[in-house]
Amino acid sequence: MRYLPLTDTDRGAMLSVIGASSVDDLFVDVPEAARLSGPIAGLPNHASELAVERHMTALARKNTVAGEVPFFLGCGAYRHHVPASVDHMIQRGEFLTAYTPYQPEIAQGTLQMLFEFQTQVARLLGTDVANASMYDGSTACWEAIGMARRITKRGKAILSSGLHPHYVSVAKTMAKYTGDALETSAPTLTAETDIDALIAAIDGDTSCVVVQYPDILGRIADLTPLADACHANKALLIAVVTEPVALGAIRSPGEMDADIVVGEGQSLGVGLQFGGPYVGLFGCKDKYVRQMPGRLCGETVDADGKRGFVLTLSTREQHIRREKATSNICTNSGLCALAFSIHMTLLGEKGLRDLAGLNHALAVHAAERLAQVPGVSLVNDAFFNEFTVTLPVEARPVVRTLAERGVLAGVSLGRLYPGEDALANGLVIAVTETTTAEDIETLATALQEVLA
Amino acid sequence: MTINQSGWKPSAPEAKDGGAPATFTGNKALMLEEALIFEIGSTDTTGVDIVPAPKAASRLGGLTRDAAIGLPGLSEPETVRHYTRLSRQNYAIDLGLFPLGSCTMKHNPRLNEKMARLPGFSDVHPLAPVDTVQGALEVIHQLAHWLVTLTGMTSVAMSPKAGAHGELCGILAIKAALEKRGEGHRKVILVPESAHGTNPATAAFAGFKVEDIPATADGRVDSEALKARLGPDVAGVMITNPNTCGLFERDLKDISDAVHAAGGYVYCDGANFNAIVGRVRPGDLGVDAMHINLHKTFSTPHGGGGPGSGPVVFSEALTPFAPLPFVEKTGEGFRLVEEETADEHHADSFGRMVAFHGQMGMFTRALTYILSHGADGLRQVAEDAVLNANYVLRSLENTLDAPFANSGPCMHEAIFSDEGLADGFSTIDIAKALIDEGFHPMTMYFPLVVHGAMLVEPTETESKAALDQFIGALRSVAERAKAGDASLKTAPHFAPRARLDETQAARKPVLVWKETLAKAAE
Repeated sequence: MRYLPLTDTDRGAMLSVIGASSVDDLFVDVPEAARLSGPIAGLPNHASELAVERHMTALARKNTVAGEVPFFLGCGAYRHHVPASVDHMIQRGEFLTAYTPYQPEIAQGTLQMLFEFQTQVARLLGTDVANASMYDGSTACWEAIGMARRITKRGKAILSSGLHPHYVSVAKTMAKYTGDALETSAPTLTAETDIDALIAAIDGDTSCVVVQYPDILGRIADLTPLADACHANKALLIAVVTEPVALGAIRSPGEMDADIVVGEGQSLGVGLQFGGPYVGLFGCKDKYVRQMPGRLCGETVDADGKRGFVLTLSTREQHIRREKATSNICTNSGLCALAFSIHMTLLGEKGLRDLAGLNHALAVHAAERLAQVPGVSLVNDAFFNEFTVTLPVEARPVVRTLAERGVLAGVSLGRLYPGEDALANGLVIAVTETTTAEDIETLATALQEVLA
Repeated sequence: MTINQSGWKPSAPEAKDGGAPATFTGNKALMLEEALIFEIGSTDTTGVDIVPAPKAASRLGGLTRDAAIGLPGLSEPETVRHYTRLSRQNYAIDLGLFPLGSCTMKHNPRLNEKMARLPGFSDVHPLAPVDTVQGALEVIHQLAHWLVTLTGMTSVAMSPKAGAHGELCGILAIKAALEKRGEGHRKVILVPESAHGTNPATAAFAGFKVEDIPATADGRVDSEALKARLGPDVAGVMITNPNTCGLFERDLKDISDAVHAAGGYVYCDGANFNAIVGRVRPGDLGVDAMHINLHKTFSTPHGGGGPGSGPVVFSEALTPFAPLPFVEKTGEGFRLVEEETADEHHADSFGRMVAFHGQMGMFTRALTYILSHGADGLRQVAEDAVLNANYVLRSLENTLDAPFANSGPCMHEAIFSDEGLADGFSTIDIAKALIDEGFHPMTMYFPLVVHGAMLVEPTETESKAALDQFIGALRSVAERAKAGDASLKTAPHFAPRARLDETQAARKPVLVWKETLAKAAE
């Protein structure tokens, strides 16, 4: 109980100030039937720091660490090298242990960082503005669909077949309760994206079209014709970016006239972390800012005329408007936003472009090498750092077999789309700057042996 | 390209009253000003060394980015200095007491951070084959066991990303259960006035109609009014316990029984679970769903606004409707129940709330904290949190108006009002003066049922000495506010910034940096 500073002497002195004979007197309002007389049975008592370290370390050892094996998993979570100073800086107590900046005079550090983050994200996504982060990419995607409904007063969203299936699941869960109609389908294993089909599906009830860029199979396509078709029908184009590093190499969705661009920011600064916490990116055009969910930091001045920053436009938020709120979102992902922002600051434009170029070049090399494995075909014409291959057999058991051999080969489409037999032979492979030429060779050789 | 051709121009020294000389830089010794990265960085500076890319043909589908993005870079030393200087403009729990009622700012043990950073947890992909992530699944399973046992509930959904996300999870389970019963026509959720603002927002978001239930004079939900409103159109109630007035809802079991008899469900906002953990099991009070803010009760750091984590515990009645994914123990180890593997036990699940498995990094921190305290320590946590809050209440009730001082012991937070201050003085003046005393202010103007509310939550990790200093400071500031001390109106005087103009920020929002300073300098 090393985290509790009160001594029994303190407790006694405090109880006498309160006028209570024992701490039990402070729980008199708990109905007797619900009062517990001692520690809850069946749970262990407190442990030393050393004992807890041993316990947690033993659990950690039961996992295969991505950095210790040839590793090719992506599909919405990417392994990039995070400079040491990122994690060091976010562990400064003044960032780590600060609260939401409700008292701006003593929270300028967090607020200025959020303002810088908003600007970095807006520039990267190509949008006019961005918010101070969401929980993650999938919930940001859902919030964007809700925002399109509020703006267009229409309730039908068309989701690209290239949208991450978990993002689709999250949208379906929420839509069941808000009444949105969602049009969805599974992808087909071709080099072509479904842009033409999406354009054909837009009608007068469409609130938005949601497209992922690059998509779940790693494909990329020009979004401009889709944006034009959306706008001709007074619908919004929502673009989802799950790999922000890609935007160092390819045009941003905002440049192609997307109205709302959301993303998963995990790639920069945050790390894999078995799925969370991550950081949702959310940008949009200026004219929609008052419908944007989540926290916003704005520039202002203090009483002495000095520049400063505050949380702003909170009249959209739940603590002011209760049931009329734009969203029920309360916390954001501040510390992960900080990690993202520091990593982006270290990279700068030059570093991001170099990093993106390196990712792409290694991925091209891997795609060419794997396509030489007998029975393996490359699906993509265009891709950034992630692409799809088809195997002559179902990919899921192949991935498991390769994992037993110490190679984490990629994400099988059988895992992501269990009901879709047509996708079962598909394997999505991600390559980043952390992938070495030896890793690629190890994967190609192991794959060839397993398929033989 | 350099983003800001002119560079950062410090403002000219300005004479200030009080005799202290103005400085050229705007810095004041260790109080340092810091420009934006857009004013000090450039697009051709970088703080990372990236190996040259091997020669390869580009396969970017003709979408190669040509236009500049406009992202400034800094070298590593400049980056470290920038963020270090920014960090010094922040108040934090590592610096001092943070008495934010309902927000629960307690000490963040560094062991939690160290454990979360073990590569076996931090460097593991969410879609890795389950045989390679057995340790991660075991962490989730162990934490789930603790949460279910401490709350006396049947199951727990781990994936919600934050408390408000957890509220949505609970409400969606209620909705799914009603629909399964063919009672989708129950559209009304009753929410007491003292509920967290997220509660009604959540219910409305999920398609329910929200009706307020008044509070009694002693700061609790009016259970008679609530019971009178129950009927065939009511889906359930959302109730916060301990509530936002800092009080235990004595009638919760009675209310739960009535709600159940009327065919509804009880959602409990568990944001304040830290006050009763180890002493009361919400399951014994008839609760059907409750979220637990891991960051509050189990001390994962708030990080300037997140990330949070909001697992939701369920009663037997709501368990079949809980979201996926789920971790289950089998003969061979742990398995992950996702859409693809959902069996009859999960066939009624309302679906997936988030892309992966929730806030794994928070789970490792929370489990570390829970194991450190154990069952005995957690009980002591609740007792000390409640003891500290009552000590603050009784030490200040003769100085500040305490509207519920006679309503029974407060739980983990004490509430005061602005009654009795001099004309023109209000809660905000006390809050800003507390900043000058070196404390983060308490929660202001919440809950809404108390005029000029000041909600003080010291938490269990404050020593008596720290509390005595805080009590002394608040007493002094309150006496000044009662006496009409005009200097309070311009507080804080010693913070990095004076009072900030929030109206201007909202009226003409400036949300991203545009080269305003650069233009002004030209």
